[in-house]
Amino acid sequence: MDSANTTGLLRSVIAEAYAESPHLLYVLYALQQQFLHISEEAVREVAAHLDLPSSQVDAVVEFYSFFHKTPRGRYDILFSNCTSCGYMAGGVDLMAMLGRRLDIVAGNTRGDGLVSMDQTSCIGMCDHGAALLVNGMPITSLDDTMIDRIAALVEAETPLEDWPAGWFQVDDNIRVSGLLLKDDLLAGICLRAMLAHGAADTLSEIIQSGLRGRGGAGFSTGMKWQFCREAQGAAHYVVCNADEGEPGTFKDRVLLHSHADSLFEGMTVCAFAVGAKQGYLYLRGEYRYLLPHLQSVLARRRELGLLGVDILGQPGFSFDIGIVVGAGAYICGEESALIESLEGKRGIPRVRPPFPVTHGYLGQPTVVNNVETFIAAAHIVLRGSAWFRVVGTEKSAGSKILSISGDCAAPGIYEYPFGVTIRQVLDDCGAKDAQAVQVGGPSGTLIDSAEFDRRLGFDDLSTGGSLMVFSQARDLLAVIVNFAHFFAHESCGFCTPCRVGTTLLKNGLDKIAGGHGTRYDLDEMQHLAALVKCRSHCGLGQTAANPILDGLQRFPQAFEQRLVHRDFEPHFDLDAALEEARQISHRDDAAAHIE
Amino acid sequence: MSADTKQNPITQNTITIDGQEIPFQAGQTIMDAALAAGVYIPHLCHRQGLTPHGSCKLCVVDIASRSVSSHNSDRRLQAKFPADADSRSASACTMPAVAGQQISNNTPALNEVRKTITQMLFIEGNHICPSCEKSGDCTLQAMAYHLGMLDGHFPQFFQRREVDASHPTIMLDRDRCILCELCVRASREVDGKNVFAIAGRGINAHLIVNSASGKLVDSDLETSDLAAHICPVGAILIKEHGYEVPIGQRTFDLHQVSEIGLEKTILTKVRQPDE
Ligand SMILES: Cc1cc2nc3c(=O)[nH]c(=O)nc-3n(C[C@H](O)[C@H](O)[C@H](O)COP(=O)(O)O)c2cc1C
Ligand code: SF4
Ligand code: SF4
Ligand code: FES
Repeated sequence: MDSANTTGLLRSVIAEAYAESPHLLYVLYALQQQFLHISEEAVREVAAHLDLPSSQVDAVVEFYSFFHKTPRGRYDILFSNCTSCGYMAGGVDLMAMLGRRLDIVAGNTRGDGLVSMDQTSCIGMCDHGAALLVNGMPITSLDDTMIDRIAALVEAETPLEDWPAGWFQVDDNIRVSGLLLKDDLLAGICLRAMLAHGAADTLSEIIQSGLRGRGGAGFSTGMKWQFCREAQGAAHYVVCNADEGEPGTFKDRVLLHSHADSLFEGMTVCAFAVGAKQGYLYLRGEYRYLLPHLQSVLARRRELGLLGVDILGQPGFSFDIGIVVGAGAYICGEESALIESLEGKRGIPRVRPPFPVTHGYLGQPTVVNNVETFIAAAHIVLRGSAWFRVVGTEKSAGSKILSISGDCAAPGIYEYPFGVTIRQVLDDCGAKDAQAVQVGGPSGTLIDSAEFDRRLGFDDLSTGGSLMVFSQARDLLAVIVNFAHFFAHESCGFCTPCRVGTTLLKNGLDKIAGGHGTRYDLDEMQHLAALVKCRSHCGLGQTAANPILDGLQRFPQAFEQRLVHRDFEPHFDLDAALEEARQISHRDDAAAHIE
Repeated sequence: MSADTKQNPITQNTITIDGQEIPFQAGQTIMDAALAAGVYIPHLCHRQGLTPHGSCKLCVVDIASRSVSSHNSDRRLQAKFPADADSRSASACTMPAVAGQQISNNTPALNEVRKTITQMLFIEGNHICPSCEKSGDCTLQAMAYHLGMLDGHFPQFFQRREVDASHPTIMLDRDRCILCELCVRASREVDGKNVFAIAGRGINAHLIVNSASGKLVDSDLETSDLAAHICPVGAILIKEHGYEVPIGQRTFDLHQVSEIGLEKTILTKVRQPDE
């Protein structure tokens, strides 16, 4: 194709996408889909069409993992690298296996442009075993025979529609239902209850219920809504945080799949309470496969008069919800980074104060809540605050939906009253010989078996929903190394302690895991971890060192047994550096080695 | 807290830094108040008159908890100081001054933290001071001396970073960039242009130029722009003016960084004599 044609095609793809949604991420996704990469020319064309600086477009393309400046394959395969749904989850390296079958190295696109392969952070399929995304569609429960078949299907250029449909099946795996999961709400039922009560009473009911944010922070939802309602602004916004990037978390996936009406109901209740006309659902890119379903629920709600102008015939009550899909960046789960991302920028956490409730999306008062929070709010409006309060504990009212994965017989979704012990949870999911549990994902707390009587709740073990079980057979150091790689990969790079510190921690752990660490390295790690934790700008950096600090405190032997017993060992391995020279000279005698 | 301050009018509009009481005006940050009072808080990404950034973290201070606002909706802050609940870390350049704040600044522990952060900045980039034109005028180097930093401590990253020598009068050597975004903000807020931005994520974050080719020569950067002069390190340099001031007589040969840091920066366009 000549260059005039390319430009023409670029422009038409951009114009078409922009007409559908003005969000930069949407337009860039359309280009990535169509051209398998976003070229320099595409960056300039987008900048011109959206009237943005080309540096902003460029910066965004380079920030998000799912945008590429060089072409990906027609089959783009991304293996999760999570400890629960990653390519090593079954004990064999499935990514290396597929790489051998397809003659391709991770991170690359094959010369013929047919296929590219890489790893990506947790894709939220942790209850389904090893999983990957092929052109954005999840395939779960991978094993070596499937890897062979995938390789064959790719080589034969079989369209994804003709791959075995069962592979793409994602189940809910709800094992224990409580307050919220017992039944999906009939569309409109909460909104009618809310209109009967009025906005002020609805808000005070939410406050009285004691509902606290389910994304993990645990801020009072009612107070957040109240602050937003009171804040002055040209417009108010309601944003649902469906970024669910914390490894081991997949409860929002299930809620989005099976309780979407309750979610949109909750967002609409919030809109009524704070006076918002527009809402957004920020959906993580890994869950793009849920988009058609969510769009159809929204469309049906519009038909039923539950979204749009004069909702349920109430004059002046207008609200609608748009969906913006992320593009592979854990940091965009942080609420202010999420807002930046919605605004078409890199996901860099803002300086706070001011907080989103006063200065959020486009600088206007904005409520950001987790999926589960909105669903709980919807139920409370219907059934009253007392119904909610009787469950759970004094400080942590209601229930918590857990995503349980790792070494247990029945991974899946479990809803418990707050205050449940870890022991109870482990019994229920069939975790027989747990040596450790990671509560709240890598950013949470790693506990050992002496602590299994601790309880879930904001005053003890807080979690956004991730609970990963590690049996006696697990190499905990490997788990901690995995988490350190995750944080270094996901650090946004804004502040020095986290940008440099997470990479230093990762390198230090790799050195220890590789059998080159000394006692000195452990002490260094401890010191550095404390600094990263205390001095980073946002929650990512402030929690990135938790697995290391918890690990050093509770499982020191996991580190110590790998140490070499010298005072100091350099990061640089002299003998290994000579390997290339040995290969070239075909020597491997004693004199060709150092030491 | 408001009830508290009403009872105690003395703390109405003052904060305390290392025991010294300092007045502030509404809207000022801790940094603004400190600098106005002649109290130096180390800083690299801050310049009076530009929007505070809060990224380098050299300005970390500890604020005693009783003056910390409880309005914080982030889960991770609650888990932040499980053991040490009586003070909280903050960036002085972005944290609003609030009456009665008890702030630690010039303490051995905080300066140790700052030294480590400075070492991080050194090993992340490629800083070969003896061969750098900015030596002696470089705030990063001066900070290292100020904090008693003797080495990089951590293993070097040896990152590959691009040099852009395309512009006839201005040179961009990303090896030395510390991502402070002073040039980004100066260009937007003072020069009325938008020459620079940061792209990429994490350790791959890097400075980019807003032009069709991505090169400086195709941008509208001029020698008279503040953005061409504001770089605290030797990443943005004016060509053909090297070593005009001999080593030994440069800014930080003659002054401490703690003196220079107190100077009020008047943000007017810098004009070269030959223009
Ligand atoms: C690095 C980071 C990632 C986060 N990821 C999520 C997420 O995926 N989903 C979520 O609801 N909250 C996440 N949060 C918390 C949000 O910042 C915010 O507190 C939450 O969305 C508020 O909603 P809630 O009050 O309903 O919990 C994250 C925070 C940080 C620091
Ligand atoms: S702590 Fe990490 S993720 Fe958060 S702002 Fe700093 S670099 Fe970015
Ligand atoms: S070039 Fe200089 S001023 Fe600009 S970000 Fe880098 S270090 Fe800061
Ligand atoms: S001076 Fe405050 S963070 Fe850089």
